[in-house]
Amino acid sequence: MAGVHVTTTINNDPVEYVCPADESLLDVLRDNLGLTGVKEGCGTGDCGACSVTLDGQLVCACLVLGAEAEGRTITTVEGMADGEKLHPLQEQFINNAALQCGICTPGFLIAAKALLDENLSPTETEIRYALAGNLCRCTGYDKIVKAVQAAAKDLRKQNKKKK
Amino acid sequence: MNDPKYTGQEFKVVGTRVKRPDGLDKVTGRARYGADMSAPGQLVGLMLRSPHAHARIKKIDASKAEKLAGVKAVITSADLPDLTGGNSGLYDTLENCMARDRALYDGHAVAGVAAIDRTTAKKALKLIKVTYEKLPHVTDVDEALNDDAPIVQPRYAQDGRHGNLINKGEFGHGDIDKGFAEADVIVERSYKTGQTHQGYIEPHACLASVSPDGTGELWVTTQGHFAYRNNCAQLLGMDIAKLKVTSSEIGGGFGGKTHVWMEPIALALSRKANRPVKMVMSREEVFKASGPTCSTSMDIKIGAKKDGTIVAARAECRYMNGAFPGMWGTLGGMTAFACYNIANNKAIGVNVLCNRPKVAAYRAPSAPMMAFGVESTIDQLAKELGTDPVELRLKNVAKEGTLAPYGPVWGPIGIEPTLEAVRDHPHMRAKLGKNQGRGVACGFWFNIGGQTCSDLNIGPDGTVNLTVGTIDVGGARASLALIAAEELGIAYEDVRTNIGDTSSLGHNDTTEGSRGTFSSGMATIFAARKAIDVLKERAAKMWQIPVEAVTWEDGSAHAVGNEHDNLSPLTLKDIAKKAGNTGGPIAGHHEATADGAGVSFASHIVDVEVDPETGKTTILRYTVVQDAGKAIHPDYVEGQFQGAAAQGIGWALNEEYIYGEDGRLQNGAFLDYRMPVCSDLPSIDTKILEIPNPSHPYGIRGVGETSIVPPLGAIGNAVSNAVGVRMYEVPMSPPRILKALDDASA
Repeated sequence: MAGVHVTTTINNDPVEYVCPADESLLDVLRDNLGLTGVKEGCGTGDCGACSVTLDGQLVCACLVLGAEAEGRTITTVEGMADGEKLHPLQEQFINNAALQCGICTPGFLIAAKALLDENLSPTETEIRYALAGNLCRCTGYDKIVKAVQAAAKDLRKQNKKKK
Repeated sequence: MNDPKYTGQEFKVVGTRVKRPDGLDKVTGRARYGADMSAPGQLVGLMLRSPHAHARIKKIDASKAEKLAGVKAVITSADLPDLTGGNSGLYDTLENCMARDRALYDGHAVAGVAAIDRTTAKKALKLIKVTYEKLPHVTDVDEALNDDAPIVQPRYAQDGRHGNLINKGEFGHGDIDKGFAEADVIVERSYKTGQTHQGYIEPHACLASVSPDGTGELWVTTQGHFAYRNNCAQLLGMDIAKLKVTSSEIGGGFGGKTHVWMEPIALALSRKANRPVKMVMSREEVFKASGPTCSTSMDIKIGAKKDGTIVAARAECRYMNGAFPGMWGTLGGMTAFACYNIANNKAIGVNVLCNRPKVAAYRAPSAPMMAFGVESTIDQLAKELGTDPVELRLKNVAKEGTLAPYGPVWGPIGIEPTLEAVRDHPHMRAKLGKNQGRGVACGFWFNIGGQTCSDLNIGPDGTVNLTVGTIDVGGARASLALIAAEELGIAYEDVRTNIGDTSSLGHNDTTEGSRGTFSSGMATIFAARKAIDVLKERAAKMWQIPVEAVTWEDGSAHAVGNEHDNLSPLTLKDIAKKAGNTGGPIAGHHEATADGAGVSFASHIVDVEVDPETGKTTILRYTVVQDAGKAIHPDYVEGQFQGAAAQGIGWALNEEYIYGEDGRLQNGAFLDYRMPVCSDLPSIDTKILEIPNPSHPYGIRGVGETSIVPPLGAIGNAVSNAVGVRMYEVPMSPPRILKALDDASA
């Protein structure tokens, strides 16, 4: 199968790759580009472990073709921290013990960021529904929800300071 | 010095909620799991699996696949001679890893391929021609015991018993006939539970590399890299010391990563191709060909006096083991009545074979099913007696000194305190609305100790490397660092815990039975105390005084006696800095078989609302009360309680393997095998009780498993209280609840 040449932006970096036309974005990210923070739990869009944003939209990388990334902007968990400074969600996941095995954590962080980018004051119910596309089998979600609430609070404070 | 008795010591850092050491790597994507490792020149390994529930393999023709450009190795059972030397358990493992004369379940591996890329490997699988002769199959545990049922494993069939009935484990004491004769009220019911999967989000994955000189390396997601090493080496005829197994970060296991599945095949492919081979299961393969838990069918009978004294209890539960025998029924039989003090009790756990995948452990394996039957029956007994179900449990509760159904006499145990905490919890007095109900249930789990070997090395700057051989599945590295810091009297941040590979430590048993923090915690305490002895010797040398005049307190050596008044204390860092001049590196080491694992009990409260139109059950509120012995890191103890409860909720309401008439699994995907998501659950409240385990210096009991035991019964009781129908089968899925409501109104 002939390869498709793709020019795209990943975590603010210009990236070029050639991938088979039928290769998923997930396989491209993990196998071709070494971004193994993006996890594969099912390959069918049911677990959310491979959550990334594509032009700001939350998607499962396993349901997107690598070729579809042409000219788009992708953010993975590897792009969440700003140098040494963690994103408040990353900070609060650690502080709130919101992870055990951690395999679902990158997907939850990306999904939670997509929520907070839209809504900095979500209710608990809004958080629970925004994260309903991500499976976690270790935590029972309680501490994840608390971490997202704490991060939202941090971000609201940061925004106030900026203003 | 190595006395494991509980001492009641006061803690400085143990019990604090510190940041876990692996947190940063896990929130930045840096942590490396099974599928995240690569090697130069690696091949992609894939497995060809049986599409039949039961079939004779008449012929496998792999010649076309072998000739395909880019294919480097093809393996069938012909490449895997039986080296098991009459060890039937090991032979089962060999046959499960790759079918020999028969495929025993839908998804059973029949051939493996290694090729230069995934596309080529997939093509090769299609080119392998397997000639099957379909055989009759059985996938239901009760049908498997019918006279005309196909026999799954003729080699286990013995004269005088059914060929699919492997054995019965029988436990209890007293005379149940006499007991039931004395009873004023007897409740006798039958129940069923569906087969569920642990549902870890990370599929099985490994990277195997074997060289022609007989050495090998395996990077793998596992709960027990030493067990994997031993098993793989035995199956492939390798020397154990020449196979180095490194455990990756593990993306969930819950018992499912305690056995080898495709790892020996990855090694065999690598050996044949003389190239590294990476194998990663698809989710469908995980469902079909790893080790889910048992489905069950059971009969429970409990009798009581009018005053609520339970005088007799009998349980018989048939556990579907899959295509290979396990000890699941035996474990279930031991747990059945463990929460109670019943003069006459008998519990029988029956191990039955079916054409389903080999069952593996799943968090407190076998206990949740038995507890569903027992706890549901106790609530019905309370109703017949006209008494409160919590009070009935308390009246018959097991205590220190009670003879446990499986033999021991209980020491200090936590079932009564957890029930009292439930009785007194505000949750029990919260108001309920229409179609809402509350349920309570109890659970027990043994916990285990086992072989453990740990190393504690003090660096020249006084920071400490703690190397343990038990996989960290839920935050153990943080807990063990807290323990080392506590013993040495230094800061938590100065200890780094690592999981050693199989070449760096002696054998460690698998992280199962909630043993990780219990046993490695014990080894860490004693390793640290040995290091302290060395530190004292070195301080004595530095001071040029007898070692008997040196004590260790708060992370420093102190010289005792008036004649040493002029000597100010030497900190661990002071001594470490001079180690090169005082005798070399400072270390402590401990290996042992950790005995005295503390049994654990939990009691749960749940409120549900059942929609009578759709049959859907919503969990409104959930409270877990469990005895932890000692919560080393309370955040991760709570996390274990919550995670276990959530898995139990999924089991109770939605999750189950559905097999078709053809014996094939119909829902091998997360879309159709529906585990709870965030919006399905409320916040799960926890209450940690600490009743110290007398056989651990810190009082630690295992905490990981017990709380998956009560949810099935608690939710069954809550549903019954909400809509007045008793559910005898889990999962209590909407169609089953609707049917029960229809049947009740008919």
